[in-house]
Amino acid sequence: MSRRLEGKVALVTGGTTGIGAAAVQRLSEEGAKVWFTGSKEEPAAALCAETGAVFRKHRVQDEAAWGTLIDDILATEGHLDIAFANAGTEAGDGSIEDVSLDGWNSIIAVNQTGVMLTVQNAIRAMVKNPGATGSIIINSSMNATRPLGNYVAYSVTKSAVCALAKSAAVYCGMKKYKIRVNAILPGVVETPLITQIMNAQPDPAAARAMYDGMAPMGRMAQIHEISGLVAYLASDEAAFISGAEIAIDGATTAGMMGV
Amino acid sequence: MTMELGSQRLKGRVAFVSGGLRGIGLACVERFLAEGAEVVLSDLDAADSEAATSVLARLGQAASYVSANVAREEDWERAVAMVKERHGKCHVLVNNAGIDLTGPVESLSMEGWRRIMSINVDGVFLGTKHFVPMMAESGKDFRGGSSIINVSSIMGLVGMNEVSAYNASKGAVRLFTKGIAIEFCQKKTPIRANSLHPGFVETPLLKAGFQRWVDQGFAEKPDDLVAGVVASTPIGRLAQPAELASAAFFLASEDSSYMTGAELVIDGGWTAQ
Repeated sequence: MSRRLEGKVALVTGGTTGIGAAAVQRLSEEGAKVWFTGSKEEPAAALCAETGAVFRKHRVQDEAAWGTLIDDILATEGHLDIAFANAGTEAGDGSIEDVSLDGWNSIIAVNQTGVMLTVQNAIRAMVKNPGATGSIIINSSMNATRPLGNYVAYSVTKSAVCALAKSAAVYCGMKKYKIRVNAILPGVVETPLITQIMNAQPDPAAARAMYDGMAPMGRMAQIHEISGLVAYLASDEAAFISGAEIAIDGATTAGMMGV
Repeated sequence: MTMELGSQRLKGRVAFVSGGLRGIGLACVERFLAEGAEVVLSDLDAADSEAATSVLARLGQAASYVSANVAREEDWERAVAMVKERHGKCHVLVNNAGIDLTGPVESLSMEGWRRIMSINVDGVFLGTKHFVPMMAESGKDFRGGSSIINVSSIMGLVGMNEVSAYNASKGAVRLFTKGIAIEFCQKKTPIRANSLHPGFVETPLLKAGFQRWVDQGFAEKPDDLVAGVVASTPIGRLAQPAELASAAFFLASEDSSYMTGAELVIDGGWTAQ
């Protein structure tokens, strides 16, 4: 493993499981000091023991708690260089005809407002770096460009954060900050949530085949296949990439097959 | 800028880079070598030319050269035969060779149009066509398989004044890449295919293009055009070829094992505005 991130400090939201946890592992392996947030304390403790990362119980939509979190990172580490706005939810979602206002609002709060607060607070910390440097990665979804009929709020918020990434990237350019903001758009990833859903089906093998078949590549992504892209974007190797939307979906959105 | 070099993450791999003697192509060659790959590069220059011999002498034993015109099918057949004989395998293909053409659409000659299409589009098609059988076989060697990296441009995403022919050629590369990506998936061929979309990169091609615009009276000197581009790029500078090479390295490595049919835009935020 290369050590491209030696000396950098990273924040990963929603880092206790799935794509976020894999990012905590990968960024740590590449030399970064990682802080991560979420609500699941048990997997968080195991991840801290494994990687040396720091866990803070924190909800991304909780504006008041952001100040303390960033203050603690800066007081302990001295700087923040990388933020992976990963926390997201689809709980309470539905179709445009059925979704409840509560469901809609709670998804907007996490997936959209939570990401905005993550990017806003990360930028406020990163401007304190010499030369105002940093890299922010937003975890969007392929459903930003191929919305799902039964997940209207999820699709809408994942699309919104792509515009957020671009707006923040352009703003940082206007201010001459060397802070880059990009969005990644994963396809179906075999997260613990998906595994749980598959295993709960009457025929788990058939459910797996269905999920595998959603991508032309014929399989779901593994969580560690997403963190390679996160690490690349976090590193100085990607110093000219900003405002980009990067699909990582086994060719799902390259055509219309299997979507 | 700190680049992590020499992680050896491409050890055991063989790469072919067209247009490898200068600019983005040469930077890809250098990066792949630094990561442990063996590389064959092609360009139009004769094998015994000063340009080829001086670069090859610097690159060392893991690099070799074949003089080839990407627009000619027989040259690709010869290049593939050379790679097969020397290495017996190929895991990475960077279809990088390209030219530009600018001017009002009504002034473009049919000859000029055919020439840019033959190099920028036919070249990518022919390279892919002739390398696929070997890369399909070699793709079994590593997780993530073989990787085709087609160099498109931001001009393959958005239009620009008096750039219509180049726009058309780079747009073709973008969708050709998606087509083959889906095709390889469908057939379970272990090759991924992605397009790179550089913005304004400090290369000989950019310098020549800017000089031509100066000659045509668009600006007083090339530096004025550079200043204009820098001012309109959120990151506020030109890209260095090494920054495209790091993207090509990412797409060549196992780190991008789930990426195929995708676009990687490296433009300092230019198309985000």
